[in-house]
Amino acid sequence: MSQGDRGGATTAEPVALDLYQQIVLEHSRRPQNFRRLDTPDRRAEGHNRLCGDKVTLYLRLAGGLLAEVTFEAAGCAICLASASLLTETAAGLSVGTAERLAAGVIGHFDDPAAHALPPALAALDGVRAYPSRIRCATLPWQTLRQALAGPADAIATTEPAE
Amino acid sequence: MNASPRAIPGPLDVGRLRQDFPILDQQVNGAPLAYLDNAASTQRPLAVLDAMDHYYRHDHANVHRGVHTLSHRATDRYEHARELVRGFLNAASIREVIFTRGTTEAINLVAYTLGQRLKAGDEIVVSELEHHSNIVPWQMLCERTGAVLRVGPITDRGEIDVEAMLALITPATRLVGVAHVSNALGTVNPVAEIIAAARRHGALTLVDGAQAAAHVPVDVRALGCDFYALSGHKLHGPTGIGVLYGRESVLETLPPFQGGGDMIATVSFRGTTYNELPYRFEAGTPAIAEAIGLGAAIEYLGRVGLPAIAAHEEALVDHALARLRDLPGIRFLGNPRQRVGLVSFNIDGIHPHDVGTVLDQRGVAVRAGHHCAMPVMERFGVPGSVRASFALYNTRDEVDRLVEALQLAVRMFAP
Repeated sequence: MSQGDRGGATTAEPVALDLYQQIVLEHSRRPQNFRRLDTPDRRAEGHNRLCGDKVTLYLRLAGGLLAEVTFEAAGCAICLASASLLTETAAGLSVGTAERLAAGVIGHFDDPAAHALPPALAALDGVRAYPSRIRCATLPWQTLRQALAGPADAIATTEPAE
Repeated sequence: MNASPRAIPGPLDVGRLRQDFPILDQQVNGAPLAYLDNAASTQRPLAVLDAMDHYYRHDHANVHRGVHTLSHRATDRYEHARELVRGFLNAASIREVIFTRGTTEAINLVAYTLGQRLKAGDEIVVSELEHHSNIVPWQMLCERTGAVLRVGPITDRGEIDVEAMLALITPATRLVGVAHVSNALGTVNPVAEIIAAARRHGALTLVDGAQAAAHVPVDVRALGCDFYALSGHKLHGPTGIGVLYGRESVLETLPPFQGGGDMIATVSFRGTTYNELPYRFEAGTPAIAEAIGLGAAIEYLGRVGLPAIAAHEEALVDHALARLRDLPGIRFLGNPRQRVGLVSFNIDGIHPHDVGTVLDQRGVAVRAGHHCAMPVMERFGVPGSVRASFALYNTRDEVDRLVEALQLAVRMFAP
């Protein structure tokens, strides 16, 4: 991905970088913790009915903490990057803290002044300028809330298409 | 049959035609708008905007009611629009032209009114490439009546497997519904052949013409269909208006759809008698301005000339296919031999919504998603596709900009 690879492109690149920041592109190309857990303590599926994106989140709990957070997904770059970042930031948190983090990330897209993103997730802020893509970013976090709330196997669905 | 030499359409003066569409003259995200989402909805020429504006400024009143001058004018304009639609479809009579909210309502009207004569064991046949609006009303009808929905498969080319579809049509078939043109693939379907087979078995036929009417000439009498549905906004007319053509002898046998004003002859608590065709199927104050706008759109298309439009769009599709073929990782959805107006594709490793967003950043508007044809996406094993769809005002330069923006997306998302 060196500049030399960018072929004959000359004018006006980069494009859409506020949405597709390098960190988002890297996480979408090489998602972290992209694997299923065979015996998770919690498992939740999230669906975006608008675009068909699907996220499955797996949690292993130990002593009230999220000892392991992994996922599988079929979705767009924003969804994959958001899920990948989620597994990195939620691992090691207590159930309560993870729940507050998920609520805060989802809340950020409604009211950024009231819900600041933690620095590790700052790259997701660019999605705010693309209303049709916000659900792509929030789907993994809604799925996390479902997983935390239980039951052990839960299904989350984003709001239906308008 | 063609004694006179076949008229060869001259090329469209697209530069001049674009001036008829003020919405096209704008910058989107710092680039000139390249509107390639015409299969979702087309844009309106000034002739349509002016016709609706003039109506509201000078002629508006309710139709079919008043004794005053404005009501007469409104009624005349509304009914003139109906006559324009009749001519556009070559229907035998205005009694066969019902204004609806769009194609979806037109199909629902047929499904609802037909429902009262269906019973368990009856069958309805549609193809696998239908828009949801030509699937779901029939599923709902089957749930109500116990009838069975049969689905004619499509091939890897994205064409209806005609032999397999015809094999599904039997004496149990009550209705065959088929798209004239696929909105997801652009396939022009052999509707006349399917209609003829259905008629041999005594089945009614409905053609979903939403994606066809702005691109191919429609002659309902030549097709021989019992119903033909279309939407105004897909042929440069307003939203909220569409048409159901229905063969008069069939409409005569159907019960009313919605009840209310305009669809009645007399109302009494002892009983109500219904109005004549087509008003029996138009309850309530109709979308008068929208019907007038649709009439203006049909006149506009007539002035530009559908054969010339079709030739222009065919050249754009050919140019797009030729250029897109060289794009790394491109996979076309279907490869129909008869295609109008659009190309549908995916790029390996890039979700269609990401493609759509990158294109939007370059001012190029396309549709990314399932195109309200989820069975087609399932057939090709993809969650969705990118669809670039063309209209009379699109240019080769816009196709080139589409390709350049796709090249950018490939570079951005390259692994």
